Amino acid sequence: MLKPSTLVTTGIQIRDLTVSYRSVLALKDINLSFGSGSLHGILGPNGAGKSTLIKAMLGLISAQSGSVLYRDRPLWQQRHRVAYVPQRSQIDWTYPATAWDVVTMGRVQQTGWFRRLSSTSHQIAQQSLARVGMQDFAQRGIGELSGGQQQRVFLARSLAQEADLYFFDEPFVGVDQPTEQVLFEVFRELAAAGKTVLVIHHDLGESLENFDQLLLLNKRVIAQGSPQQVIRPQFLQETYGSWGDSWNAA
Amino acid sequence: MNLIELLMDPLQFGFMQRSLVVAVAVGILCAVMGSFLLVQRLALLGDAISHSLLPGLAIAFMLEVNIFVGAFIAGVLSTLLINWIRQRTPIKEDAAMGIVFSAFFALGITLISIIQRQVRIDLNHFLFGNILGVTQTEVQATVITAVLVIVLVALFYKELNFFSFDPIGAEAAGLPVHLLGVGQMLLVALTLVASMKAVGVILVLAMLITPAGTAYLLVPRLHQVIGVGSLLGVVASLGGMYLSYFFNIPSGPAIVLVAFGFFILAFLFSPRSGILFHRPKQAEGSPLWREIRQLLGR
Repeated sequence: MLKPSTLVTTGIQIRDLTVSYRSVLALKDINLSFGSGSLHGILGPNGAGKSTLIKAMLGLISAQSGSVLYRDRPLWQQRHRVAYVPQRSQIDWTYPATAWDVVTMGRVQQTGWFRRLSSTSHQIAQQSLARVGMQDFAQRGIGELSGGQQQRVFLARSLAQEADLYFFDEPFVGVDQPTEQVLFEVFRELAAAGKTVLVIHHDLGESLENFDQLLLLNKRVIAQGSPQQVIRPQFLQETYGSWGDSWNAA
Repeated sequence: MNLIELLMDPLQFGFMQRSLVVAVAVGILCAVMGSFLLVQRLALLGDAISHSLLPGLAIAFMLEVNIFVGAFIAGVLSTLLINWIRQRTPIKEDAAMGIVFSAFFALGITLISIIQRQVRIDLNHFLFGNILGVTQTEVQATVITAVLVIVLVALFYKELNFFSFDPIGAEAAGLPVHLLGVGQMLLVALTLVASMKAVGVILVLAMLITPAGTAYLLVPRLHQVIGVGSLLGVVASLGGMYLSYFFNIPSGPAIVLVAFGFFILAFLFSPRSGILFHRPKQAEGSPLWREIRQLLGR
């Protein structure tokens, strides 16, 4: 029998991760794993460090201590496997670009320096747009799209990246019902294809049943497990303070 | 005198030939880099760097080395200092730029006035440009710089576009965004140094931003903004030069005013975003009165 240490672990392993901004503690002693082939939801109140967790995992902000491994190697060294979709509010939607321009950005890293996008890349971009139902909007300026359409274009960009790890920061904020449905469908497909999908989510409604695993976070890990295991009054209270208020608001 | 003769008339002079070549090169160069600054909301960084060129130029003059190299180094130093202040203190980028560029500018003026005690040099040439005085070597240097910048931007276009639009997404995908940012700033500094002689350190901001901003009102994609902006930059440069020749007005300001004229036309008439075609919701009353009411907040 193999010793455990010689097995290559498939998902993401986080050990003792601590992050602070200018002496304010944002995340403390995070120990977690995110399995491949699953859809993970990350929940917590504002300022709980949800975005910080993702950014620290990707090495976009520096951690005070700890390590984040994917397949036993530091994750930040494997960013070519990563597709990250920032919050829609962090993007300047008056930027001079069409939906097509944004989706093809997903092929930049795969194409490499000094090369033009291949015809394969064009096909992949086309298919990605079609998958999210935006094929007819390819030549539309991104500023003319609705919030839901913008989010779908971003989803298409992440699909075009053909990544192994997908990170979505609050993708459901300000989107319409059909877009929410498309997002969950695509997330499920990615998970079924063996990808690791992490979604920061702020809604405590029924949509939580769509996730395989939930993480309750408030500067530290409160609970992680299936929705049934995690959505319990005592965990929610610990995460959100007064859980009843948040539940009703959502 | 017909139009062709009118346009050919200045070309009999060598200095006009040289300055027209520089005007074209600067028109393209500034619009290319200005487009990136515009979409990244870094227009004022262009202003900050250009004002910061002055002390480098003066020190280089004192040390009798190439003043353009000195100006370039000062431009780069000012960017580094701005970033340093921004990263190590709670001061935001705009304040950091204001602090650094005004100090550099003051130092430049001081040094140049010290130089003026011994040597007769005209401060106005640096502040507002002296395109009619460009030498053959300067023409070559400007053209080479323009070609270099355009080739580099073309080579790295897809990365620069991703980085400009979504720096975090680009970094998460593994692009070396810090290198791209630094490279872009070096190209901006180079552009400003090459354009200094044409329009001067104070007005060069207009050549960076105005043609690119005009194009931004007209076309929807970044490479189109760059292309149309370059075209507008060239036409403004040439138009300004001719106005300057025929009406005996300073060429730097003439170029800037022509560029601004194009901007106003796009602001009014652009089919995409001109104010005459995109009226605010409540459209009662005369157009002028409507706009004034909007400005006053009701």
